Amino acid sequence: MGNINRRTFLKFSVIAATLGAAPSAKSQENFSGWPERYGMLTDTTLCIGLNCRKCEEACKKVNNLSRKNLNLSDNSVFEHKRRTDPENYTVVNRFPNPNKPETPYYVKKQCMHCDEPACASACLVKAFKKTPEGPVIYNKDVCIGCRYCMVACPFGIPSYDYFDAYTPQVRKCTMCYDRIQQGKIPACAEICPQEAITFGKRKDLIALARERIRSHPERYHPHIFGEEEAGGTSWLYLTGLDSVQLGFPNALAKTAYPELTRGFLSAVPLVLTIWPVLLVGLYKFSQSRQVKESPESTQNSVEESHAGSNGKPDN
Amino acid sequence: MPEAMASPTIKHWLVSKLLMGQSWRSYLKSLLTPFNIIAGIILAVGLPLTFIRFTQGIGAVSNLSNANPWGFWIGVDVLSGVALAAGGFTTGTAFYLFGLKKYQPVVRPAVLTGFLGYFFVVVGLCFDLGRPWRLPYPMLVSYGVTSVMFLVGWHVALYLTVQFIEFSPAIFEWLGLRKVRNWVVKLTIGATVFGAILSTLHQSALGALFLIAPTKLHPLWYSPFLPIFFFISAIAGGMTMVIFESMLSHRIFSRQVSPAQHLQLQEITLGLGKGASAVLFTYFCLKWIGVAHSYSWEWLNTPLGHWFLLEVFGFVLAPCLFLFWASRRNSVGLVRLGAIWAILGVILNRVNVSMIAFNWNQTDRYVPRWSEIAITITIITVGILTFRFMVNRMPVLYHHPAFLGDKNH
Ligand code: SF4
Ligand code: SF4
Repeated sequence: MGNINRRTFLKFSVIAATLGAAPSAKSQENFSGWPERYGMLTDTTLCIGLNCRKCEEACKKVNNLSRKNLNLSDNSVFEHKRRTDPENYTVVNRFPNPNKPETPYYVKKQCMHCDEPACASACLVKAFKKTPEGPVIYNKDVCIGCRYCMVACPFGIPSYDYFDAYTPQVRKCTMCYDRIQQGKIPACAEICPQEAITFGKRKDLIALARERIRSHPERYHPHIFGEEEAGGTSWLYLTGLDSVQLGFPNALAKTAYPELTRGFLSAVPLVLTIWPVLLVGLYKFSQSRQVKESPESTQNSVEESHAGSNGKPDN
Repeated sequence: MPEAMASPTIKHWLVSKLLMGQSWRSYLKSLLTPFNIIAGIILAVGLPLTFIRFTQGIGAVSNLSNANPWGFWIGVDVLSGVALAAGGFTTGTAFYLFGLKKYQPVVRPAVLTGFLGYFFVVVGLCFDLGRPWRLPYPMLVSYGVTSVMFLVGWHVALYLTVQFIEFSPAIFEWLGLRKVRNWVVKLTIGATVFGAILSTLHQSALGALFLIAPTKLHPLWYSPFLPIFFFISAIAGGMTMVIFESMLSHRIFSRQVSPAQHLQLQEITLGLGKGASAVLFTYFCLKWIGVAHSYSWEWLNTPLGHWFLLEVFGFVLAPCLFLFWASRRNSVGLVRLGAIWAILGVILNRVNVSMIAFNWNQTDRYVPRWSEIAITITIITVGILTFRFMVNRMPVLYHHPAFLGDKNH
């Protein structure tokens, strides 16, 4: 009979400790973000949408995305809600304005560049990174393509190259991380003829948004979307309606998404240390009971019948 | 085994080990059975689809989309597959650790089913992953320690190894390598303990994967208890799967089992049925604690709420009571029926969480394409063929006559 002695037992605990150390969540409790990070502010009350979509075009240009299906004067695209995909890192959608039906709202959609991104916390190879500058960027060289990031993202942003067999990637807006590093501003903010998109330090943008709400209370819904949603995002929105009416996810909590799995992950080391003790204890107990019940080997209790091993196969 | 392997010896070895002592011709002839013909047809469809998948991409054979990144392969192949492969860990724990000796005859087949189950889960995963050749990355290249998926990846890999160790004595008996066999057998208890820990964690982790999607999963299925739900239902799934699998193998490989073993299996089936019924009852109660905990009562009287009630009453409570009643009546046949019912319930739950109740409030809903299902069927078929190949050759259902006196753990 296998003899679990103290040494083997200790070995278990060591394995348990090593395993527990890895999956336990990194402690980032109360992380309120890099103070100097940049952000974007989209003022949806300024966006004209119709015959414009210049931001979509500029985005395609800087990211080398196919412009095959882009026709800026084709306004039929507004008849359906579009989502981001590998060819469109940003899309403008139209929503009815119940207060003034003749001027609907146009809402630009792209990655929110969350302060504590769900996608990054979900990725098993750390392909996503929240940069100190603000953008959430993706590393195609480690991604295995499990698409858990897409399951996790509350805004439904990341998309995947489903028709690429050899080098598929997760695709989403980069907030023009490269351009920011070169001292330029994101392409969409640069091109917008309405100045509906503003680039700047996130804290300045929040002050700006507050100021706009204060000076035009009739124009704005008194809430900055993204200031606290999902733990806060780098991309902020000013809206004329409640965000849910503009296609933003319903019932979005303020908790940062990594919180949702932190509880489970911190229970892991517990199981890893308590289970071995419990199971080995049980084993010991059942052993001692058997010795009491039947002093001879338990093997005899098993019917040792068998048929020929080299018989014909059962196909 | 002879020291010098002259070529006739090798030939003899191959014939005895692989063809089971028959000539090529009679071996091939013996393969012409209805089951094999059906399997052949399935492969004739599945292999070209596999080729298309790996040359033209996931989108060429599936309906997976940007809005619905997970579908049939994750819901059935991975989530249901892992839950139903829990039989290896539950019977191993019952027999080796709890000392429930009467389960001895089902331990080896259950461990083999578990091992092959996990192995083919990984095969299925390779169809779903965009770059399956990067499968070892979370172990070797980049560590996403904040991810539940990271835990799943590591644990499935480790558990696959553990189950191989647990099963390997059968392989070494087949190959006649007594020394290695007796050495590896000593690892059994350790492997069982380690396997139980890993199973607890990754079975529940599969449920925990969905904790990050509170706005996407329907409130009746979303619960902070998801990890516990997945763990408990996997135990029930594993036990009922052992009932189902042992029934099939005793039928198909009846030549290998003696009448005494048949009787023994009836005892075991009744015991497992009773056990599974108790586990299902616990699971049923927990599901309601979950509903109460998240105050989702108001959702019950909606279309998806009715679907939830169907799952919980029709596929958890009903098989639970049925199994209880059948095992009280000592009816082996009915216990087996109840087991199949419970297995379907576990699959239904995984399908609900990953597909039907997921993205329930979206306009763009996912429906699997026929080719996704065909690929899954192909993988299961190859799994069954592998199982049969091994059971036909290795001492899984019977004791190897040459190793009767050797210790088993
Ligand atoms: S919006 Fe989605 S993709 Fe963008 S950072 Fe947040 S979680 Fe990631
Ligand atoms: S698809 Fe890639 S980036 Fe997304 S979670 Fe998986 S490995 Fe990470």
